[in-house]
Amino acid sequence: MSDAVPEPEQESMTIIAFSGDLDKLWPTMILSSTAAATGMNVTVFFTFWGLFPLVREDVKHIGKDKLTRAMSQFNPPGFQRAHLSKLKFGGMGNKMMRQVASNEGLLPPEELFEMCQELDVNMWPCQMTMDLMGITPDMMVPGLGEPVGAATALQRMAKSEISLFI
Amino acid sequence: MENLAATVDATGKSCPMPVLMTAKTAKTLNAGDVFLVMATDSGARSDIPAWASQTGNELLESAEEGNVLKFYIRKK
Repeated sequence: MSDAVPEPEQESMTIIAFSGDLDKLWPTMILSSTAAATGMNVTVFFTFWGLFPLVREDVKHIGKDKLTRAMSQFNPPGFQRAHLSKLKFGGMGNKMMRQVASNEGLLPPEELFEMCQELDVNMWPCQMTMDLMGITPDMMVPGLGEPVGAATALQRMAKSEISLFI
Repeated sequence: MENLAATVDATGKSCPMPVLMTAKTAKTLNAGDVFLVMATDSGARSDIPAWASQTGNELLESAEEGNVLKFYIRKK
């Protein structure tokens, strides 16, 4: 690589984080942090079940009525209690996966999330999901972008070389 | 190898840490500085060169000592 190589324009990646599953949040955080470390402009749009990891773990009750509160029981806030999409073993799968990762020196997703924030990854909560599930900004972890809608996410995806739905 | 401005010890760390640590250190260095990255994650064998190529930093030399991969990089 010589000095003659022209400076490439900054590339972009946008991920739609739809799933709240541990084994989907993990690659989302790995790809986001790595892309940002590689100089890409990265945005993650957290929607549907993917929004729950952004809720502070000390938030006891999520929901605006009986129905949404009941649904939230199955979507605990934060990364720590996120379930695997398979090999659940009544919640043990989560612990086993984390143990395996730790043995291999892989950071847990909540720590990769912090790395992402250090690397200026844009974290966009989905406004529609917040309204739907009764999640308010004060329930969420700090350092996020303003809540946005589908059109904003799409506008961003249209300008991204890489767009993923995880 | 000329004087090293920094050494990144990512041994024992899994993907994506070697790349994240490399990027973090590169940010603190000046253009032209040469630094060393050490990793044991075999994914780093392709990941560190990919990072260098993507970011325009120059991979001067890569070596393998036992199970430790070593990359000498010149900061852009």
